[in-house]
Amino acid sequence: MSYLQAAHFAQTWGVVLLAVGFAIATIYALWPANKEKFERAAQAPLIDGDDDDGQ
Amino acid sequence: MQAKKRGREDVLGVGAIVVITGILALVGIGNAIDTPFQIQMWTLLTACVLGVAGLVWHTARDQQGDQTKYENGIVKAGVFASMFWGVAGLLVGVIIALQLAFPNLFYFPDFGWLNFGRLRPLHTSAVIFAFGGNVLIATSFYVVQRTCRARLAGGMWPWFVFWGYQLFIALAGTGYLLGITEGREYAEPPWYTDLWLTVVWVAYLLVFLGTIWKRQEKHIYVANWFYLAFIVTIAMLHIVNNLALPVSFAGSFSYSAFSGVQDALTQWWYGHNAVGFFLTAGFLAIMYYFVPKRAERPVYSYRLSIIHFWALIFLYIWAGPHHLHYTALPQWAQTLGMTFSIMLWMPSWGGMINGLMTLSGAWDKLRTDPVLRMLVVSVAFYGMSTFEGPVMSIRAVNSLSHYTDWTIGHVHSGALGWVGFVSFGALYCLVPWLWKRERLHSMALVDWHFWLATIGIVLYITSMWVAGIMQGLMWRAYNDFGFLEYSFVETVEAMHPYYIIRAAGGALYLVGALIMAYNLWRTARGDAPARERATDVPAAGVAVAAE
Repeated sequence: MSYLQAAHFAQTWGVVLLAVGFAIATIYALWPANKEKFERAAQAPLIDGDDDDGQ
Repeated sequence: MQAKKRGREDVLGVGAIVVITGILALVGIGNAIDTPFQIQMWTLLTACVLGVAGLVWHTARDQQGDQTKYENGIVKAGVFASMFWGVAGLLVGVIIALQLAFPNLFYFPDFGWLNFGRLRPLHTSAVIFAFGGNVLIATSFYVVQRTCRARLAGGMWPWFVFWGYQLFIALAGTGYLLGITEGREYAEPPWYTDLWLTVVWVAYLLVFLGTIWKRQEKHIYVANWFYLAFIVTIAMLHIVNNLALPVSFAGSFSYSAFSGVQDALTQWWYGHNAVGFFLTAGFLAIMYYFVPKRAERPVYSYRLSIIHFWALIFLYIWAGPHHLHYTALPQWAQTLGMTFSIMLWMPSWGGMINGLMTLSGAWDKLRTDPVLRMLVVSVAFYGMSTFEGPVMSIRAVNSLSHYTDWTIGHVHSGALGWVGFVSFGALYCLVPWLWKRERLHSMALVDWHFWLATIGIVLYITSMWVAGIMQGLMWRAYNDFGFLEYSFVETVEAMHPYYIIRAAGGALYLVGALIMAYNLWRTARGDAPARERATDVPAAGVAVAAE
């Protein structure tokens, strides 16, 4: 792949790809059905049990 | 029986790597074309012999540890290593600061290995990779087990990661003193040390992934995402940036696969993302676990933490070219780096707000708990240095700040304020948890550490701001005839008082770290009340009740 081809890809489809990727991540974070799961996850450090109490 | 069998396999795997490395070291000693390389190979061979002895000792004792419990031993070892390298790295920092402030007193022409040029990479590598790296490995092994509810995967492999990483540090550090360097910023270790780190790092990735794989919690907690991004990205950066061809396989010198402006871009793609993924993503993982845990409050907004994560991932990787303003790098690439740096304001401040707001309902603890205060101040420094960074990436600002001590001040507000404090906070949390103490040996000493270090940072960054801006302005000053107003040495002379202030600030920070080491030692040794509760998790009920 030449420099020009790489630059062309980066400036067209590359931008679209990254924007779509970030949009998907944002939608996932804000999706109403996920709210409950995330609220539980926010508590994770607080309920992770005793130091030796694995598995 | 099953567990025993599996244990033997991982010991065999680690043993094979250690023995092969030892044989290669022996070949290296026999054929070495330069003395420093030979010394390095002796170091490597010694480490491999010790490694085999350690493995034999371990197998003879046949202690697997209780497989139903968390692996705490490796985290304890990581705490020791972090504290040791932290003090060592800061000490070297103070020494080179004194070399700059008092070049007549601290210049040793008879001892080439004490030259500033060799001690400087020793300092940067010791604080970033030795201290920071050990903190990240130790905390990641602690956090991934707790948040996945699974014992660390891989049996002997985590210990290979730990000792392999110490060997990497020892080889790199002694190599600098011997005069071996690749001359790449924050990637000075020579080709064979780079290869060794690659092996260790892949093992680290597999141990981490293996633990996540056998997790009992469905959701992968956000801190683990940050740790994973740190491990994966550092692997990628390390391999690409260090692609090189040795002049001889029995010598320390090598040539980079890149040259010219491509090399410059590769180095700063690596350099800036080492800041982004080693010094930021990894330590944000610490923030997302230890701040909620210590404040006994849930993460302020878990949704924001997901957006914080993905925004950092998508933006950081492009910011490197801002280190190459006004160079042969194409203008559009410089502008790209600058633009993405400015966009980074959003996730950085989103993350800072998320960390600080986690204290909602627990702000009063700042008054009584100096450890939490340390964590919170670190997040504030994260916000401050990620505000300053984008400002400095703007081309016009960079024309003043670049190559001056402003950059050094900026780096240290991030390194001492953010990375240092968040690490200290995490270590202060970990020691009582791991050694089952009710609390630290002395909270008063934590207070002393906090204030000495804070004053040290303030002295450091303000003196470097003044020195840097003055330096930049003096360099660009013209007189009426169009000649430069100042000679270079005049700008150096003008900075003398600020160099002294900087050294004083660094010394205060070092004293703070020594106090911390003493306090942690006393706590671990048992000069603190033993824990009465069976668990240190009072918060689940409290947090729910508060909502």
